[in-house]
Formats: sequence, structure tokens, C-alpha cells
Amino acid sequence: MYEFEFVKPTTLADAIAALGAEEAQALGGGQTLIPTMKQRLAAPAVLVSLTGIEEMKGVSIGDGIITIGGATPHAVVAEAVAGAYPALAALAGNIGDPAVRNRGTIGGSLANNDPSACYPAAALASGATVVTSNREIAADDYFQGMFTTALEDGEIVTAVRFPVPEVASYRKFEQPASRFALVGVFVAKYPEGVRVAVTGASEEGVFRWTEAEAALSVEFSPDALEGLNVSPEGMIGDLHGTAEYRAHLVKVMTKRAVAACIG
Amino acid sequence: MPKDHGIGASPKRREDLRFLTGSGRYTDDINLRGQAYVHFLRSDMAHGKINGINTRMAEEMPGVIRIFTGADFEGIGGLPCGWQVTDKHGQPMQEPGHPVLAQGKVRHVGDPIAAVVAESREQARDAAEAIEVDIEELPAVIDMKAALEDGAALVHDDLTSNLCYDWGFVEENKAAVEEAFQKAAHVTTLELVNNRLIANPMEPRVAVGDYDRADDESTLYTTSQNPHVIRLLMGAFVLGIPEHKLRVVAPDVGGGFGTKIFHYAEEAFCTFAAKQINRPVKWTASRSEAFISDAHGRDHVTKIQLALDADNNFTALRTDTYANMGAYLSTFAPSVPTWLHGTLMAGNYKTPLVYVNVKAVFTNTVPVDAYRGAGRPEATFQLERVIDKAALELGVDPIALRRQNFITEFPYATPVAVEYDTGDYHATMDKLEEIADLKGFAARRAESETRGRLRGLGINCYIEACGIAPSNLVGQLGARAGLYESATVRVNATGGLVVMTGSHSHGQGHETSFPQVIAEMIGIDESMVEIVHGDTSKVPMGMGTYGSRSLAVGGSAMVRATEKIIKKAKKIAAHLMEASEADIELKDGQFSVAGTDKSVAWGDVTLAAYVPHNYPLDEIEPGLEETAFYDPANFTYPSGAYACEVEVDPATGKVTIERFSAADDFGNIINPMIVTGQVHGGIGQGIGQALLEGAVYDENGQLLSASYMDYAMPRASDVPFYTVDHSCQTPCTHNPLGVKGCGEAGAIGSPPAVVNAVVDALRSAGKDITHIDMPLSPARVWAAMNG
Ligand SMILES: Cc1cc2nc3c(=O)[nH]c(=O)nc-3n(C[C@H](O)[C@H](O)[C@H](O)COP(=O)(O)OP(=O)(O)OC[C@H]3O[C@@H](n4cnc5c(N)ncnc54)[C@H](O)[C@@H]3O)c2cc1C
Repeated sequence: MYEFEFVKPTTLADAIAALGAEEAQALGGGQTLIPTMKQRLAAPAVLVSLTGIEEMKGVSIGDGIITIGGATPHAVVAEAVAGAYPALAALAGNIGDPAVRNRGTIGGSLANNDPSACYPAAALASGATVVTSNREIAADDYFQGMFTTALEDGEIVTAVRFPVPEVASYRKFEQPASRFALVGVFVAKYPEGVRVAVTGASEEGVFRWTEAEAALSVEFSPDALEGLNVSPEGMIGDLHGTAEYRAHLVKVMTKRAVAACIG
Repeated sequence: MPKDHGIGASPKRREDLRFLTGSGRYTDDINLRGQAYVHFLRSDMAHGKINGINTRMAEEMPGVIRIFTGADFEGIGGLPCGWQVTDKHGQPMQEPGHPVLAQGKVRHVGDPIAAVVAESREQARDAAEAIEVDIEELPAVIDMKAALEDGAALVHDDLTSNLCYDWGFVEENKAAVEEAFQKAAHVTTLELVNNRLIANPMEPRVAVGDYDRADDESTLYTTSQNPHVIRLLMGAFVLGIPEHKLRVVAPDVGGGFGTKIFHYAEEAFCTFAAKQINRPVKWTASRSEAFISDAHGRDHVTKIQLALDADNNFTALRTDTYANMGAYLSTFAPSVPTWLHGTLMAGNYKTPLVYVNVKAVFTNTVPVDAYRGAGRPEATFQLERVIDKAALELGVDPIALRRQNFITEFPYATPVAVEYDTGDYHATMDKLEEIADLKGFAARRAESETRGRLRGLGINCYIEACGIAPSNLVGQLGARAGLYESATVRVNATGGLVVMTGSHSHGQGHETSFPQVIAEMIGIDESMVEIVHGDTSKVPMGMGTYGSRSLAVGGSAMVRATEKIIKKAKKIAAHLMEASEADIELKDGQFSVAGTDKSVAWGDVTLAAYVPHNYPLDEIEPGLEETAFYDPANFTYPSGAYACEVEVDPATGKVTIERFSAADDFGNIINPMIVTGQVHGGIGQGIGQALLEGAVYDENGQLLSASYMDYAMPRASDVPFYTVDHSCQTPCTHNPLGVKGCGEAGAIGSPPAVVNAVVDALRSAGKDITHIDMPLSPARVWAAMNG
């Protein structure tokens, strides 16, 4: 790790100001950023911790909308939304290990947009709204490819709003080493239709499987997916699985998610 | 009723109090006054010519004390190899130099190029980044077969090829083996890979070098399984320090699994640099560094063939193996694919003819050496896989085929040079059939099918050669060391004992099990016995812990020393009771005169030895301290039978282990709980190898599995509750305790059981699959099913 300055503001305004400094970077739970700094692959001059900002922490539930503060750790989400949005709670409760879940935050996860991370699938499948320090971004516009988002320099994810679906399920097929998603599929059924978001699989990062959405919106059952196939084109191939394998798993995990929803 | 102390009891491990409460003292806990820190600048290229190293800028960086490069080690020895293999033509292996810091070339990613010694770890690392290295990249040699082709780049320019040796065993049998294959009614052939593993002990390696100018004495604190071996190798071959001026301490060590046997460059560096700068020098490996600098394990590519007659008797076996040595010869690397592997190819079977060919190959990868089981897992895996495949091809029951070919008479001289002293392979197989409930398998399979899962059953046997080893034998085989063990037993005036043993304990529980032996011999409480190990200034000599040798060899030395103690104590007792020495009996800590009611307590005798007022001073010396060296007459041969049941999810290829049963014969057992724990750990590592672990290099020699993000370690959720039994006991015939060793069995016996089970599961769904290479990751299993 290189030397850096550390600040821990207690208000959003102070955080925004602090992030204006040269080579300043936001710090959520540090579960991604700190290891990267230890490897000397990142070298921010100033780290602006967001976890002291009360307005960015906690979960509120009302009017079919769940609002999660951007600095809320996964473990808190897992507990707070267990009743209101069980699929989201289960997802949060299965990220990493207890240490990761008690430090890592939803804002950090969404800002990082790791192509194998879990939260992006939940946000995209739920049609969530990413609330930032200066605007609101629809999930459909937010994710822009591996490790790339609509966020601008210094922009902070302050909250995420999830419309609560009628039913939903997240099926994560774990990469054997990291236990991130080798392929993860989040299926959420809303009155307007079904949304299916896939993480772990594509070189473009999280994406919506629109053919499956269409088929499931007509008939919400695993059988509805029978005739569909995902092309291996553009899928990730690495030592844990080929593009063909990932493409295959997308369908398997989608079916299982649907089955879990209706079962 | 189970015993509550002595041999056969299961007292809780006394060392766990410190391990589990964070009060262990590991090498990284050692911080010496004035200590400096070293950071190694390592090659990020697999193969390259060093044109220049410019340290000028780096030397100006804050905190830098001194920067060393290969040039500083000119005229100083390189890391020695402890075993010389002779090839099939009678020629010695090709043995390249292994400099402490790279000289002229870098040969694997992780090869140390320069070492920065600074006031702090971060400063050393900062300065390392400022070193300018001019390295011209050379083509990397990664694939073993490609490495042996004409025109392949040479890992070592001063060798004639990348072939370390071409070993034939037993060369004299080769023609007879060929003939048997000509005559065979059936031949089964299997090609397989024994995957490269990275040991990943919980504690990364650490070294602290210290130098005392007043006494001209060097001390190395290091994470080692054998401090005396390090003292010998480093002192005599690298740095030229005589043993009386060099102390090596290996305090608590957080797991070794073989990878901490070897003498490493960082140890020599810290010892050397401490003297150069006259300050202690400390190195602590990061986990990332461990991946590219700890010796790896396994990495064999094998073709095995089994010949059978018309009655399904095994008539001959032949194997062709390519064994990866990596870029340099690690301390015991040459012995692993040869003497620890070829000699086990008979397995539990009376195959009369065996021929083993091994080509050891240099590649631009991290050196490969012993890892839990070392050679024996590789032998067991291919043998037990080819037998399963033969059973499939012949349509016979795999257990029946094995039983039919079991060795049943002991001692048994195998066609591969070793002689098994005892064993009872039918007994362990009977026990396995019982504890694994093989009868219930069909019902369990049917139940799995109702859930859409494929269930498979895999069984296998294993034999291993442990208690390494008779020195005169291994000397003939090329070992450059003796493999005895020593122990000093010191009895204090008040009756307590301190045992100084050369067997290092790094998780094996010696501090608990060794006292049980002495408690049994004397009839005193275990709490009266203390075990000291891991410090060359306290223990007379030691060859260390590996090859499941601690109890069989180190324990035997302790028994011999204790026997000497008892003999002398009886003399003293005889004097105290005015009786004849021949009439003295020792029981429950009391010396008595046979046929009388006269007795003296253990403590009376020990006190007399140190307060010799009434003492036979004209016959014996005061004091009670004895040393013994024990050199075994043979290896020991633990054996067993394992069963694994898996479920495969056919849609994803994911394998889960549902049941795992192990019936082992370890001979006599001192502490059943510790033995069970060793078997659990070994099976966990075997399951890791079979399902999860694999070091993967790309064609340029970059290690793709260089962190836990990509190298899959087994976790608790990957293994089932094991059923472990070690009630089958055929005691070893040649050591005083009749013990065989249990440390590696689990890792040796479990991989074939897992793979056999997965193949069985897939075949139950009509898939014509006979083999899948480890690790059986979901992706590989799915690909095999859809291939
Ligand atoms: C062992 C381990 C296992 C894991 N397993 C999983 C898993 O299974 N699934 C999974 O999804 N994730 C997993 N993770 C990642 C984990 O969820 C991280 O917490 C997450 O990726 C980053 O969150 P963080 O709060 O720690 O962010 P940090 O590491 O602090 O920051 C990450 C990035 O986001 C930026 N940032 C942080 N907060 C904000 C904000 N509010 N607004 C704008 N930018 C911000 C930072 O500047 C940085 O660039 C794992 C991590 C570890 C270490």
C-alpha cells in the first residue's frame, strides 16, 4: 500500500467536498478497494470514507419501495429486508463471508460493478433506481459494462431504491475459488412483467435476458424457457468455465430461479 | 472402557490451548531489536535474460539500507539438492545451479532478482519499485512434452536439454514386462494428469536472520519442518557456516504439508544479509508471494497400462510419467517421482512384473517438490484408476477384482524393490464394506435419482511407504542425507521428563502423543513429560517431519532413549533396595523387587540420581539423561480401503461428496483422536485435489491461479462428515512401537475414490465416460457429459 490521507466526513456535503481533492476516492466497506491498494494496483491520495455518514446508512421500507442507503453493509440488508424482499435478503446474505458482509456496502458494490458481483443483478432485475449525490439513474442506464457505470468522477451512490416485486429469486452458481457468481440469475416478477438479469456470464457485465423476460411474462414457468438458448458469443471464458458452459448455466439458473419463485 | 492415559488414550491436544487462544509463537511473532526488513523484487516474466539491474535510484529512497543482487552472491554457494537420481543408463541426473538471487537469467515468475533491505517493509517495497531491470524476454517452456522437443528453449543454458533424468525402474524387468503384455488376455490403458497443487499452509513462510558479531554466530528463525536439515544444507552448502556457529529455530509452524521441508533462498538470504549489515533481517511472505515462491506439488502426466490374464489376474503393469521439476531442483524434488513413487506401483496387489519410466523435466515454472503424500498419491491415483477402468472394461465388480489380486502373505517382496512387512488388505476392505454401508448404496442411488441427481460410488485401496527411511538404503538410492532420528530424554531430579526430539511438530500433536508413550513406559502421568523440538541449540540432531515418520522414527528414538533411562533407573533402584538389578520391575511408576513387597517410587530414584548420597557411584554416573539415534530397518507400510459417494448435478456438473468412509491400518495407535484428525485433514486435502485445486499456467508462464480468487481451496462445506475407522491393526514388525504412520494416508487414498465415484455416477446416466482429469470442477464434469 502507498501512503494516503484518510478522511471520514459525517455529512454528504463534506464528503462531496472532500472528493473534490486531487486523486481522492470514495471508500465504502473497502472489501474491493483495500485489497487493490494492498496489491499497489490503486493509489488514491485521499480516501474519503462514507461509512460515517448517517444519511447514507440503513434501510427503509414503504409504499412497495425499499430504499437502502449507499453505505449500508450487506449484513444489514440481509436482515432488514428478509420479510419485505426475501430474494434480495438472501442475495445479500450470501455475499462473501461474514467479514465481507459486515464491511462491504451496496454502494461500493454497485459503484464497482464487478462482472461477477451479485447486487448488480438484483438492481437490474428489480428496475431499481440508483440515487447519487446529484441525480437519480435508472438501473437500465446505470450499468455500462464490466467495472463501468454511469457514475461520474466524485459522484456518490447515496441510496438505491428497489420496487418490491410480486415474487423473485436469485440463483447463484458459485465460481469454485472466489465464490463470486460464475453465473448468477435474478428473476423478478412485477405486475408489468418479468425481469431477468444475469451476472457473471458476460464480457459486457450484468445484462438483461430479454427473450427470457418476454417468454416468462407470457407464462411464468420454467417450461416457458425450454425453446430458448443463450449464445456463447460474448460470454466470459476462463479457467473456471468456457463461454459455452456459462451460456448453458444462464438457462439452467434462470429455470431454477423461476422454479424457486413458483415452488 | 477406553483408556484415559498412556498408549491408546485420547487426551485432548495440549498444544491446542495456545493454538486456539492466539498464544502460539510463530516465526512472524519474532521481532528482534534493530531488525530490518527485506522485500524481494521478483520476476514477472517466466523466462528472460538479465541484461542489467540498476539500483542507483532505489538506493536513494528513504529507509534503504542496502540492495542485494545476484552479483552479491558470486562465489557463494547455491541452494543444494538433497537427492541425486541416476538415470536408466546409469548416469547422474542433470543438476543445474540454483542461485539465491537470480544470476544471468530469470527462470520462473517469482524468481527473486534483487533484495531490498530497509528500515520498514513498505520502504523496502517502495524502493524495489524504483529498481530498473533490463530483462530480455525469452520463450517460456511450460508444457513438459514440448520442453523435451528438439529446439525447445533451454531453461538452463549449461544443460544439454530440459530433461533432468530418464529413469527406468526396474530396468532389468523391462523385457519381461513387455513379454507379459504380449501374452496378456486384456490390457487396460489410461492416460491421466496428476494436477499441480499449491500447498497453501495457513501460515505463509517467514525468515528472520540474526548475527552476533561478538560470538560470530548466526541464527535463523524460520517456518520449517526440519530446522537441523536447514542448518546442514544452508551452513555447509550455501553460506559456509559450520554447524556450531549456526543455530536454526523453527518455533510454532502453522502447517507445512511438505512445502516447508525445503531449504529456500529467502532463508539463506536473511542469514547472509544479517551478517553483511550486522542487523537482524526479516522477511514475511505475502500470500501472493507464497503462490509463486513456495514449492508446488504433484504435476505428473502419466500413461499407465495394466495387463491381465484370462482369469483377471494382474500380470504386469507399466507406466510412463512426465514429472515437472519446475525451473530449479528443490531440495528433495528428484526423489518424489522416483523412489517415493515407483516403489509404490505394486500397490496392494501381487502383480509380478512392473516397469516404471519417469522423465523429469525442467520448465519455466515454480519448482515442484514433496506435498502431503509426495509421490505416493501419484502412484495410488493412477493404479487405482486403471484398476477401476479395467473392471469396467471387463464387466467385473471393482472390489472383487481388487480382492482377487490382493497380496495376502507377508512379508512380501514387491517387484519394485520394497518389502512389505505386514498388512491385511481383505480385513480393511471388509471393514470398509461395513462402515460405508455398501449394501445400502442402491437405495441411496434411487433416492438421489428422485431428486434428479446422479449418485456414484467409488472405492479404492492404497498402500504407502512411510517412516522414511533406512539410511543405508536411501543412501544407495541417491539421498544425500541420513534419515534416522534422534531424541534426548532428560529426567529432572523431581521426576519430570523433558524429551528433546528431532521430529518437528507443526500441527501433528507430538506434544500430546509423545508423552503418552513415555507415560505408558514408566507408568506416570503424561503431565510429567514435556516435549521440546524445533531448535538446533536444544535438540542434538534431527531429520525432521515428513513422510509420516515422526512416531515411527522419532518416536522410536524416544523409546530407545527412554529404555536406556529405565535401564539406568533400575540399577539405581536395585542399589536403593539392595536387590539384584535383574529382579527389578517397573510398573505404575514404582520399582519393585520381584517376589517381595519392597518398592521405591520413580521420584525416589530420579532424586537419588541427582542427589547421589546413597548411590552406586563406582558403577554408574549420577544424573539421568540419555540420547538415542534410531535408524529404521525398513519403511512402514500403512494401507487401507476408502469409499466415496458423490452426487452429480447433471445440469451443472457440480459434484458434492455425500459420504466418505476410510478403513485404515496404521498398526498400533497411540492417540486415536489425533489419528482421526490426521485422516480427516488428509482426506480434506485429497478432496481438494480431486474436486477443487489446480495450479494453472498460461503458455507464457504466467500463473493464472495466483490467488484465492482463482485457486480453489477446500472449505468445510465441501467435505462431508467422514466415517473413519482404524481398528484393523497389523503392527509394524520392525519398530519398537509397532506403529506405521498416519499423516499422509488421507491425502493418498482419497483422490481415486472421488474420481471413481464421479465416473460411476456419470455412467449411471448412460454416459460412456471412463476418466476425467482432476480437479473435477463443475465445468469439466459438464464438458465431459456434453463432450
Ligand atoms: C472474500 C470476498 C468475497 C466476496 N464475495 C462476493 C460475492 O460473492 N458477491 C459479490 O457481489 N461481491 C462479493 N465481494 C465483494 C463485496 O461485495 C464488496 O463489498 C463490494 O464489491 C465492494 O463494496 P465495498 O463497500 O467494500 O466498496 P469499496 O471496496 O470500499 O469500494 C469499491 C469501489 O467503489 C467505490 N465506492 C464505494 N462506495 C461508493 C459509493 N457509495 N458511491 C460511489 N462509489 C463508491 C470506491 O471508490 C471503489 O472504487 C466479495 C469480496 C471479498 C473480499
